[in-house]
Parts: sequence; C-alpha cells; structure tokens
Amino acid sequence: MELLGEGKKVLLGNEAITRGALEAGVDVATTYPGTPSSEIADSFSAVARYLKKSGRKVPFYFQYSVNEKVALEFAAAASHSGLRALTCMKHVGVNVASDALMTYAYVGCKGGHVIVTADDPSCHSSQNEQDNRMYARFASLPMLEPSSAQEAKDMTIAAFELSEELALPVFLRTTTRISHMRGVVELHPLPTKERHGSFEKGGLTVTVPDVARKLHPVLLEKMEKARHISNESPMNRIEGAGEVGIITGGAAYNYAREAVDDLDVPCAILKLGMSHPLPDEKILAFLKACNKVLVVEELEPFIEEQVKALARDHHIDIPIYGKEFGGLKRYYEYNIDIVTAAVAELFGIETDKKENPAPSIAPRPPVLCPGCPHRATYYAVTQVAPKDTIYPTDIGCYTLGLLPPYKTADFLLCMGSSVGTACGFSETTDQKVVAFIGDSTFYHSGIPPLVNAVHHNHNFVLAILDNSTTAMTGHQPHPGTPLDGMWEPAVPMDLEKVVRGLGVTHVEVIDPRNIEEAKEAFKRALDFEGLSVVISKAPCILLERKAAKERKLYTINQETCRKCKICITKFACPAFYFEGEDIKINPALCSGCGVCPQVCPFDAIEVVQ
Amino acid sequence: MKQSVVIAGVGGQGVLTAANILAKAALKEGHNVIASELHGMAQRGGDVECTVRIGTVFSPIVADETADAIIAFEPLEALRNLKKVKRDGVVITDINPIIPPLISIGLGSYEPLESIFDTIASHCRLIKIDADELARKAGSILTKNVVMLGAFHALHVMPLREESIIAVIKETIKEKYVDMNMNAFAMGKEAVQQKDI
Repeated sequence: MELLGEGKKVLLGNEAITRGALEAGVDVATTYPGTPSSEIADSFSAVARYLKKSGRKVPFYFQYSVNEKVALEFAAAASHSGLRALTCMKHVGVNVASDALMTYAYVGCKGGHVIVTADDPSCHSSQNEQDNRMYARFASLPMLEPSSAQEAKDMTIAAFELSEELALPVFLRTTTRISHMRGVVELHPLPTKERHGSFEKGGLTVTVPDVARKLHPVLLEKMEKARHISNESPMNRIEGAGEVGIITGGAAYNYAREAVDDLDVPCAILKLGMSHPLPDEKILAFLKACNKVLVVEELEPFIEEQVKALARDHHIDIPIYGKEFGGLKRYYEYNIDIVTAAVAELFGIETDKKENPAPSIAPRPPVLCPGCPHRATYYAVTQVAPKDTIYPTDIGCYTLGLLPPYKTADFLLCMGSSVGTACGFSETTDQKVVAFIGDSTFYHSGIPPLVNAVHHNHNFVLAILDNSTTAMTGHQPHPGTPLDGMWEPAVPMDLEKVVRGLGVTHVEVIDPRNIEEAKEAFKRALDFEGLSVVISKAPCILLERKAAKERKLYTINQETCRKCKICITKFACPAFYFEGEDIKINPALCSGCGVCPQVCPFDAIEVVQ
Repeated sequence: MKQSVVIAGVGGQGVLTAANILAKAALKEGHNVIASELHGMAQRGGDVECTVRIGTVFSPIVADETADAIIAFEPLEALRNLKKVKRDGVVITDINPIIPPLISIGLGSYEPLESIFDTIASHCRLIKIDADELARKAGSILTKNVVMLGAFHALHVMPLREESIIAVIKETIKEKYVDMNMNAFAMGKEAVQQKDI
C-alpha cells in the first residue's frame, strides 16, 4: 500500500496529513466526512482495512463519528487519556464542533491533538467559504497552514509536538487546493507502538464557572508561549530579498511565489506557516526592512489587519496593502493570474491582458447519476405535491434536486436545516412542506429538529432519502450501516424504529424505484394532518453497479415512441439523449434501474434482449 | 523550467487517474511534480479539470495561457479550458461530445463541433482523435484515459519516457486489465503518429 510505503511518493495533500499522523504515532483519529477533508479519514479507513486484511495489527483506532462535535469530543477524551489524536473535518464542520471546541481550548489537552479544518474558498463543494483562521483566534488556539503536500505531512507532525508542548489542541488548516493537490512527499519510517490510554482524575477538567474562570487566564498564558514559539519557528520564514515585501501563507503563498518568479522582481517573501498566533517580532523586523508590503491571503484580511495593527503600535510608517489592492478580493480563491496582477501593480509593471478565446461555454453542472434513486423520489413527489409546495433540502447528492426539471430544493442552510426550517415553514405558511434529508445527514443533525417537530405537532412531510451510505463524500459508512470505518461489525440503526421511537405516527418505508408505490405513499403523507415521514429506501446506484455482476439495459422502441419527451423533460436521466428527432438511451450510462419504463406513457422503453 | 498540462473531461471518464499516472511517471524520472484534483460534488457528471505540472512549480493550478498542452476527453471541455493553453501549445482532444443534461432537457445548446474545433485551431495547434472508438477496440470504453495518455505521449510535450508511463499504468491498474490498457496506450500513440506530425 502506497501510503505505508517508503522513499518519495506522489501523495494527495490529504493523504500526506494521514501519513504525517501515522509517522507521529497517532492513536486515535475521528471525523465526519466532508469535502475537501474526506480523504484524510478515508486514508485511515483504508490503512486499517489493509492492515487487517494482511493480518497485521492496526496501531490506531479510527471512527467516522455521527457528526463533527462527537468526533471532537471523542478525540478530546482520547487526548485526556494520554493518547495522540487527530480530528478532521471540513470548514463548516468546525461550526458543528464549535460548542465543544470553545471550552476545550480552556481545558486544553494532554496527548497531542491535531484538529484539521479543510476550508473551501470558492465553495467548490460547500455552502459557504468561511475563513476558519477566525476560529483559531476566536477559540485562542494555535494554527499551522501548509502550502504543499510535503508541508502537509511535516506540519501534521509539528502540530502534534506543538500540541503537547502547549497542552493545547492545535489547528492544521488546509484549503481545497492544498487538500487536493498532489505533490512529492518524502516518507519517514513508521513507529511501532502499542496504544494504552488511561485517565487520571483530579485535573481542572469540569468547566463549572469557578473552574472556567481559572482556565481562561491559563489559556492566554499558553498562547503567550505560543507567540514566542511562532517567532522562533522555521515554519515562519523569509525567502528572497528586496525592499518590497510580501507577507503570505497557505495556498496564497504558492501563487505569490510563482508571481514573483515569473515577474522576476526583487522581493522578500515572509511565508507564514504558523498563522496563529502570528510571529509579531518577525513581522516587525520584516516591516522595518521593507519600504512597502503587500499581504496576499485568501478570504478574510486576517493577517493584514494584525500586521497593520502591529505597524501602528510600533510607529512603522510604510504602506501596507492587502484587500482591494491590485484586484485582491475578500471572496473566492486566488490563483497565479490574480496574484500576478497584484504583484505587478506593487512593482509598477505593466502586464499583457489575457483574452479568453472561448468566453461563453455551456455549463456542465454536476447532476444526479443515471439510476440514482433520488431522481425517482423527486419525480414521484413532484407528480403528487401542489405546485407551491415548499421543499427545504439538505446537504448531500440530493441537493442536486435544485436543478430543473425537478426543482425540489427551495431552502438550505446547513446539515440538518431541512427539518428545522420545515418546522418554521409549516407553521408560518399555508403551503404544503416536503423536506428532504439523506440518511447520513439525518443521523448527523436531523434528529433534534425532528424531536422538535413531533413535540410541537408541526405539519409537514419529511422524506428521508436512505441510500445506506454517505454518497456525496465518497461512500463512507454511517450509523445505519453494518460496518464501521475500521470495517468492524457495527450496530446499524433501524431508521424506521428511530423515527417511530421519536413519536412520529405516520411513517412509511418505500422503494422509490416503484413509481406508483412512491406516488401513493407521498399522497397519503401529504393528506395526513400532522407530521409524516416517508423513508425512501434504495441503495446508491454507484455502489449497486459496483456490486452487481450484470445489469439490464433499456432501449427505446422508436416505433412506439410518440416523442412526448417526458423521459427527458420531466424525468431527465442523463442516459437519455437526442439523435436528430429520436430519443435514445446511452448504453454506457444506463444503469438498468428500471424506473424510466414506468415514466413512459406509451410503453416505448423496453429491456434490451 | 516549468511544464504544465491540463487534463479535462467529464466526471467518470478517468481524468483523475490519467493525471495521477502522469504525476507518478514524472516522479519516477526524478522531476518535482505537483498536480491538482477535483473531488466531491463535481464528480457527479460535472466537468473535471486536473493539472499536472513539473519543474520549479508551486501552484497546483496553472495560469492562463501557460499550459503546454490540454488533454481533453470531450470537445466542449477542450474549449472550456482553451484559455489555459499557450498560443504555441497543443490541444489534443477526443471528438465525441457528451451532451450536458441541461442541454438535453432543452436549456441551452451544444456548440457545433466544427465551430469548437475552428476556435481551438485558430488559437493553437489542434489534434483530434476518436478515443472512444480506439478504447472500444482495445476492449473497453474504460480504457479511454489510457488511449488519451498514449496519444499525448506521441506528442513528446513532457520529457517523460514511455517506459515510465507504462510502468506506472501497470502499477495502477488491476492485473487482469493491464493487457487491454497496453493496447489502448499503443493505439492512442499510433493514432497521433499516423497524423504525420
């Protein structure tokens, strides 16, 4: 297995983090999957399965927790049992974990604990592009930010050491372009070790007000020590020389570095690998050696504002530029072109404007896969629900119901918001409300709002789209699956029993691939006065296709086809296409799910014999 | 020295695997290499772009007009990434359109193929191959990415030896599919060599 190999390998940034944790002898790893963080945890899972298969002992415990808060709490307990722990999540996952996080900072840790936050500037796979460097400041925790796959590995190891030195959990922040970049990584030997945790009673670990009041100043003392470390750290380093300076870090460093190389300008770059607390003395010395400075950082002016405050406090009167200089924005990710334009302006260089030779191109947004059971659910619901039905939706593949022709997504905030907002919409409007949530998301944060709905007798339909996996992020297990992240037998929740156990009385379990059955079930649910739940249960087609030896293929009988186009305009499976006036099915894409023949009013879709 | 290649296609076509093979082959020959990938939601039939860069490079994504080549698994995706390639660079593309589903349901239209190819050819060098056909001949449409790698290799854009690429393909692909993929690589390469360049 490549991840357990030696020498130099081309690794994904996320894989490098896992390798770093393994080299650091990590004992416990926890997560809730989310792009762009998923491959960190998936790599732990793959390593565990590989070692077990080859009859070797797995040196760590790994868990896909029910959500990020539980993942963090689990790992905090591991750390307080003296073990090394890593918790990884996407940026918005930290919101979920933040209740635990803010107080965990007070309590601190024992065994090194690294919290990976994978941010997503430009929202490649996310509902916002929040800058989680703010969390480091908000919670008062140190943060390291790698710029390459090699640094991702090295800084993971450094973060464990720093965490133990300070007795504080340490953030490792990546962005999409670091998590999903491949680069050459030098691998070092993996330690052999045994895991023995034990908890010693009697510390300041119960945060009643009296204890919390004692702990806050302790936290600030630790961060003062962290500031000294930041000033000494080789992770904060100066490259190049010149009277013009750039202060940067993370992904932005890569663009700044190439811009300076390409423009061939004399420029000193202060690369900040430790972005919280900032190395104030190093920054002051850098400012004093420059006659102007540009801060290049994606998203918030996190470094810029602190650098400006430092300069003001120390009466350093040089121009310090950042956001809005040379086209540097506070939104979206940067790239070489954006940063080159800013650096060129800093040096007063004219650059050629690049023309896009093909400016307007039909978009190709992601769509539900051919054979995806969500399509059948959406088709059935839209056939029976009134036109002004409100569709609160949630986070997962099924958010793609947003696209025409289904348009079964009207409101989305975060994981679990479908159910909470359905409570509100059903109470404050006279419209019907059908909320959609996936099985993994339901376990993650759909249960408390459903309790709220039962208790207050809210009147809406909740469709739980149960495909027995966490599909969007790469098919991770969840509490409803029979195996856990280490491929050990787990106790699968019985979704229907969970829902009934919460007190929902109108519950139906259907297979949406039977369109008539699905339509009838949703009709009954919509007619029911009060809360109803329809569990729309069918496996993710990607897993089913992998498991199946052969599949039926469907074709359109051109003699019976009346070109009503319902299969395309209403059902819209991507396997259908026009050839002239004829509608055809691409056999490479057809999954053989068998739903489209039920949709065709003229029985023109037939099994290929 | 910097060299950059953009590999573009549609989710499910094996773009990521192709990028990974090139990156590993580059490391085998001692180059510094970085590559960008796209994961998550985009993979569900959306457009996918990967970049492979070797030399003194830091950014996993390439600046406009600086890529030495675009390897496109679909014509519209070649066009979408055209701004990335140098004027003296090359676009090698498959000729089989995959109609975006939104166009299938009547929202927008797919630009005529000839017009796509004209735009590309007026910008830089264009090489077209029917990689779907070659992949099927090799034994499976799933070998399309290796057909494209064979075709790209015949252009000698990157200083990678054939043995290195072949070795990585063998390490990457399941043993029972290796022969099929060796054929696919050879066919892609031959298709470009026959174009007499």
